[in-house]
Amino acid sequence: MFESKRITLFAGHYGSGKTNITVNWAKYLKDQGKRVSVADIDIVNPYFRAKDSEEDFKHWGIKLISSRYANSNVDFPALPEDLYSIVDDKSYCSVIDVGGDDRGAYALGRYVNEILTENNYEFLLVINKYRPLTQNADSTIEVMREIETACRMKFTSIVNNSNLGRDTTCQTVLDSLPYAFEISQKTGLPIKMTTIEKSLYNQLNGKINGLFCLTLQNKPV
Amino acid sequence: MSEKVLMKGNEAIAEAAIRSGCRYYLGYPITPQTEIAAYMAKRMPKIGGTFLQAESEISAINMVYGVACSGKRCMTSSSSPGISLKCEGLSYLAACDLPSVIVNVQRGGPGLGGIQPSQSDYFQATKGSGHGDFRMIVLAPSSVQEMADLTSLAFDLADKHRMPSMILADGTIGQMMEPVELSDTMHETHYEKPWACTGTNLKREHNIINSLILKPEILEQLNIERYKKYEVVEKEEVRYEEFMMDDAEICIVAFGIASRVSKSAIVEARKQGIKVGLIRPITLWPFPSEPIKAAADKVKSFISVELSMGQLIYDVQLAEECRKPVYLCSRVGGMIVSPDYVLNKIVEVNNLGGEN
Repeated sequence: MFESKRITLFAGHYGSGKTNITVNWAKYLKDQGKRVSVADIDIVNPYFRAKDSEEDFKHWGIKLISSRYANSNVDFPALPEDLYSIVDDKSYCSVIDVGGDDRGAYALGRYVNEILTENNYEFLLVINKYRPLTQNADSTIEVMREIETACRMKFTSIVNNSNLGRDTTCQTVLDSLPYAFEISQKTGLPIKMTTIEKSLYNQLNGKINGLFCLTLQNKPV
Repeated sequence: MSEKVLMKGNEAIAEAAIRSGCRYYLGYPITPQTEIAAYMAKRMPKIGGTFLQAESEISAINMVYGVACSGKRCMTSSSSPGISLKCEGLSYLAACDLPSVIVNVQRGGPGLGGIQPSQSDYFQATKGSGHGDFRMIVLAPSSVQEMADLTSLAFDLADKHRMPSMILADGTIGQMMEPVELSDTMHETHYEKPWACTGTNLKREHNIINSLILKPEILEQLNIERYKKYEVVEKEEVRYEEFMMDDAEICIVAFGIASRVSKSAIVEARKQGIKVGLIRPITLWPFPSEPIKAAADKVKSFISVELSMGQLIYDVQLAEECRKPVYLCSRVGGMIVSPDYVLNKIVEVNNLGGEN
């Protein structure tokens, strides 16, 4: 069981896997009987958005707050007008998918005061050792600091989402543990979870603390 | 030795360009290829290279023109509407026989169209990327790995044949993430460039790079010479992949993302006992006419699967000399053919049995 706050925010380097984890975390909270909303505030990515899971969200009874322009044929970095409900309507557990890097995190800035005031949130740094610009602890921490500066909020813990897409093996994940540990040591942030794809979960269950099973994966073409 | 990383297609292009010795990236942002510019902006200053966001696409391609005159490896990238703006520059690059790499991560058109993927710039890339008689080498990646590999190849072919080469990708391949092996052997192959404007040091006559030719007799001769070079390229540089073609009775021709979807459909069709295979052009120019011509002796019909209203299909018909019917299977406007959509077409064509 993972503890959760009323608001969970996922941010990190471009392509670190935030959207995928957002979808899985929202489902996880829903399965515990919570009222859940997912907010897509990604203003960077043109395709592969939380909105791809719109049908699933509907099916599970999860409220999706997403720009009407997400996945459309226009390129507006617009935020959904009902986004303020994530800080206004405290009856929901809100999961927020922040856009990649510092430029994605700017969009978060306008909600930060309310989030800090309420003080019932977790701000999770998603990391992947196998992304070429965040392959070591120092470059990852550099991206982390840029994000914190852009949105004026400090991370509270780490999600180790190190993976190589379809080529991910148990060893891929095991090899990333020292990297995640080094980031944790240098930043003082705890590692909240290490993610693993469903088909590999049983092989690693019990070997890694805080193993979070990703049952839903966006499939490439 | 090589390292495996997880990359977006656009990032793979940028990293491969850097590893292939490109130190000049001149660009202008446009979805769905902006990651190339963003990646270059982060990396170039750290390795002593130049990232420059020009004030427009036209400006960027003319900066490429300038850098290419010095013989240095340089690149620009854009998406469909932006490539239209670069077309004048492409003609000048070709006219001056300047090696350079241009990336088009296609989106739906015409006009501003939309930001979702497309392959409707096939004609533009292979036939009409500017005024005058000229060609570009056009490479069509179908995976993130090929985004890297073909970018490296594009630099080598451009230098080897002294001509612009284009990566013709699409939004899906640009945006999707896949594991990639970045080879340590990817590096800048050295080509002699005695034509480059790098300063004479008072030891030689100065080089002139110019596309204005005052005498028509000379301009004609230059065009003829350039087309002799194109003949060599057509002979030496054709690249393609065959998939399940040995016993095929239906031959799909498709490139890029359409070829990936087609492969899934072919595997399904084979389960139903339909003998179908694929010829995937990797070079769109020079076009793999020979294998398609050879296939026409064996198959009953062809299907051109493409994300356009029917552009590739003309080259298929030319290559097989209209001996067998060629059917079109396409979606446009940012929509992508699904494996089921292609499978339905295969079944339909199979039922026709090669009759027109």
